[in-house]
Amino acid sequence: MQERKRYYIVLVALGLLVLVYMIRLFSLQVLNKTYKDKAEKNALRYITEHPARGLIYDRNDSLLVYNDAAYDLMVVPNELRRFDTAELCRVLDITKEVVEKRIEKAIKHSKILPSLFEQQISKEDYGYLQEKMYEFPGFFVQNRTLRSYPNPIAAHILGYVSEVNEQDMENDSYYQLGDYIGKSGIEKAYESVLRGVKGKRVVLVDVHNREMGSYDNGSEDVVAVPGTSIWSTLDMKLQRYGEELMQNKRGSIVAIEPKTGEILCLISSPTYDPNLLVGKARPKNYGALLQDPKKPLFNRALMASYPPGSTFKLANGLIALQEHIITPSTVYSCSGGGYHIGSHVVHCHNCGGLNIYTAIQRSCNTYFCRAYYNILSNRKKYKNINEAYTAWLDYMYSMGFAQKYETDLPYELKGSIPSADYFDKKYNHSWNGNTVVSMGIGQGEAAVTPLQMANMLAVIANKGYYIKPHVVRAIGHRDSLMTDYSEKIRSKIDAQHFVTVLQGMKQVVTSGTGRGAQIDGIEVAGKTGTAQNPHGADHSVFALIAPANDPKIVIFCLVENGGFGASVACPIASLMAEMYLNGEVKREDLQKRMKELSFR
Amino acid sequence: MYGDTLHRNSRGFDARLIIQYLALVIIGWITIYSTCYTPDGANPIFDFSQAYGKQLMWIGTSFLIATVILLIDSKIIQHYAYYFYVFCLLLMVLVLFVGTEISGAKAWIKIGSFSIQPTEFMKVATALALAKFFNEGKTSSERRYKWLIALGLIGVPVVVVMLQHDAGSALVFASFVILFYREGLSAELLLVGLIAAFLAVFTLVLNETYAVALLTAVFIFFMVKNRTQKKKIRRNIIVYVISILFCFSVNMIYENVFEPHQKERIDTIFGKTSDPKGADFNLNQSKIAIGSGGMFGKGYLKGTQTKLKFVPEQSTDFIFCAIGEEWGFMGTLVVFGLFIMLIVRILSLAEKQRAPFTRYYGYGIAGIIIVHFFINIGMTIGLVPIIGIPLPFISYGGSSLWSFTTMLFIFIKMNDN
Repeated sequence: MQERKRYYIVLVALGLLVLVYMIRLFSLQVLNKTYKDKAEKNALRYITEHPARGLIYDRNDSLLVYNDAAYDLMVVPNELRRFDTAELCRVLDITKEVVEKRIEKAIKHSKILPSLFEQQISKEDYGYLQEKMYEFPGFFVQNRTLRSYPNPIAAHILGYVSEVNEQDMENDSYYQLGDYIGKSGIEKAYESVLRGVKGKRVVLVDVHNREMGSYDNGSEDVVAVPGTSIWSTLDMKLQRYGEELMQNKRGSIVAIEPKTGEILCLISSPTYDPNLLVGKARPKNYGALLQDPKKPLFNRALMASYPPGSTFKLANGLIALQEHIITPSTVYSCSGGGYHIGSHVVHCHNCGGLNIYTAIQRSCNTYFCRAYYNILSNRKKYKNINEAYTAWLDYMYSMGFAQKYETDLPYELKGSIPSADYFDKKYNHSWNGNTVVSMGIGQGEAAVTPLQMANMLAVIANKGYYIKPHVVRAIGHRDSLMTDYSEKIRSKIDAQHFVTVLQGMKQVVTSGTGRGAQIDGIEVAGKTGTAQNPHGADHSVFALIAPANDPKIVIFCLVENGGFGASVACPIASLMAEMYLNGEVKREDLQKRMKELSFR
Repeated sequence: MYGDTLHRNSRGFDARLIIQYLALVIIGWITIYSTCYTPDGANPIFDFSQAYGKQLMWIGTSFLIATVILLIDSKIIQHYAYYFYVFCLLLMVLVLFVGTEISGAKAWIKIGSFSIQPTEFMKVATALALAKFFNEGKTSSERRYKWLIALGLIGVPVVVVMLQHDAGSALVFASFVILFYREGLSAELLLVGLIAAFLAVFTLVLNETYAVALLTAVFIFFMVKNRTQKKKIRRNIIVYVISILFCFSVNMIYENVFEPHQKERIDTIFGKTSDPKGADFNLNQSKIAIGSGGMFGKGYLKGTQTKLKFVPEQSTDFIFCAIGEEWGFMGTLVVFGLFIMLIVRILSLAEKQRAPFTRYYGYGIAGIIIVHFFINIGMTIGLVPIIGIPLPFISYGGSSLWSFTTMLFIFIKMNDN
């Protein structure tokens, strides 16, 4: 019986043990919910698939921007185990302190999410690291793409991409640390088109941090959608040619196809190689460009405001015609050294009796001062100077001045033409046409951007309307044209007056101040300008429309400190027109001379 | 074909034990397949470069061994028990000289691409030898020194196992205490053993100073209680001194005898270290695997922790993790149920034997299976230190499966007679 009792004691002891184990297992498997999480963190890695950014072409299908492969080394702090720091330092060419600092930074960001450890490692280092990855648990390599530019041109319009900052991530939850975002130019304006849609891969990793295939047959994976390509309005050849002509000069060339508002080239000089703002060297190069006293990052075509100079006379002539202040046959006389306001003289060259055609042809200050004064003194139509000036300003506004177009060009300057109230205040309500008469010839308070001037030329070329200037014509396919910017914006000036002004501009080129703009076989209309510059030598300005009877291109060219419009801006604009319309330039001597000119 | 043979002969054999055995072996193979399964690759069942392919061979040969055992005369087994014991012992000694070291233990003989662990067979041999000794040792001196001789039969292989640095297997031999208890070992002696074990753990968890303090308190209590009885006072003093010496020796053995990795494991189980990426990495990963299974598991072939090797030795010592992860609490319940049914069946059949040899043997092997089962599962869920011994019938490995098959089918054969 003794033995029988012990048999039961053994069974009871066994039962007790089983009970203890079952309680333990139940609490581990059923009651404790944290293990599920821990298991996922162990074995699952969420890899963001970065889509390739959309390509950017010019209007003739030439590639302006493409992508290069790059590799980022990522780190997940919680997965870090002991590793050979010296080896990692050696491969990446960094110091131990840097490694520690970066890991600290990554921990601050997130212990469980991947942080960028080293960006854009070279292909060689990538190959090496890929093989040795198991020695660095917690690290992994992510494929990225980098922007690359086959031609080092159009930096200002194309813009650049860089890593997102806190603000970007706050504004759009799409972005995560280490993502890239367009920061300026087309890259910024078309960010949502170019960036594509990020994908996600959930992969299993083993204890040695090696990828072991997709999780659950890829059911949670999301395929990345590559960015959509963009066809710019730019003409790569023209843009490159313009940049060459403008080398060693400060200034800007803006060319627009008037019928569409498409910007054919937009040059701001000095410029920079867009490849400088890509990759590892970006921060260093960016800093250097920022420090450069020549301000290469500054986009003069959109952000510099200049006195418009004599090219402004075209607009004033149009307004005078529309306001019936003058007719094509109205003659003003220029004598006595210019336009006299009391003891003050707006100098001119005693041009004699002029109508609107010859006044444009010879750029007569006296003529346009008088016309401007008469516009502002038209008391039959306007009660006072304030009303007359405001009416004039409305005309200017209708031709695209003193406003931002807000198309796809980031960071435009509004430019400024003061309001009547401004002068009321400044002159204590005691002012008249003569007080502001210098604006009649493009000097004084008016400030415009090269883009606005080019747009005014488009209005003239179109005989009364413009389409907002923009730099992208098609998205997704070269023929799927955008319709966002197709609205014709009418100026307040009737078509016949443009014919008159255009005739004057033709005479400028045939027998006036802009004879240097003549191109064999093409009728060119133009207008010189010499913008007075209080800080130094005058700016050389030229406005060009060609062919005059069926305008395909309008060009506004401004060379800072270039002196007379006829001497620098005029030949440059003419060469540009020749290049665009003929596809080549025959005046090689002139071209060579212009390229060699320097106004630094 | 094999099934037919089994069926024809199994009239007298215990069908329940055979079914439970088959269930465990099948669960084992299915789980081994899962631990080797690669989601993106082909996983042909007969791929003999994989553990599950090899295990198929071990299972096949095990069935062969089982058949042979069921066919031979059980008297032969009884007759050759000592010879088998000596043969296994010699093999183990041989291992000391020509053995191969696997994870710290020099316990394997390499034959071609296969390794055999004689220790596994030593367990069967010891159970048989003990049964034979209890059955036949009837001379007066054998009776007087019954327990000492029995202890010697266990002690000799234990010494050899310790020399192989295989502390885990050595522990298994303690399982015969269940047989001893059933056969009349005094309960007081067992109590002393339990108290000693408690003292050892107490010393390791805290330190010997606390142990001495505790002992002194108990000592003073008994001295006051027995202050009038001189005899008891003397006994108290002796017990007190021996206990204190015991505590110090436990600490000394811990400090000087155990290998650093064994110390770490002991520390881990007693919560003396907490470094999830260092010493208790294995235990932590094992708990994550089992814990993440939840109530119903992640589904067959869908366990991530075991497949991606976060759990070490996931097809051998830590195979229970794969079951816990993929089948959840329900799966672990089934495994527990099968094992307990098997153990209780062996014990109850042992009780019913008219021939005491089979009873001794039954208790012997039940003890071995119990110790293997509770230590193996206990280490995966942090109830006992990590000791590398397999889960019977389930873990991958030829030696283990062969020896447990032999062990069980000898009992089935004996029971038939």
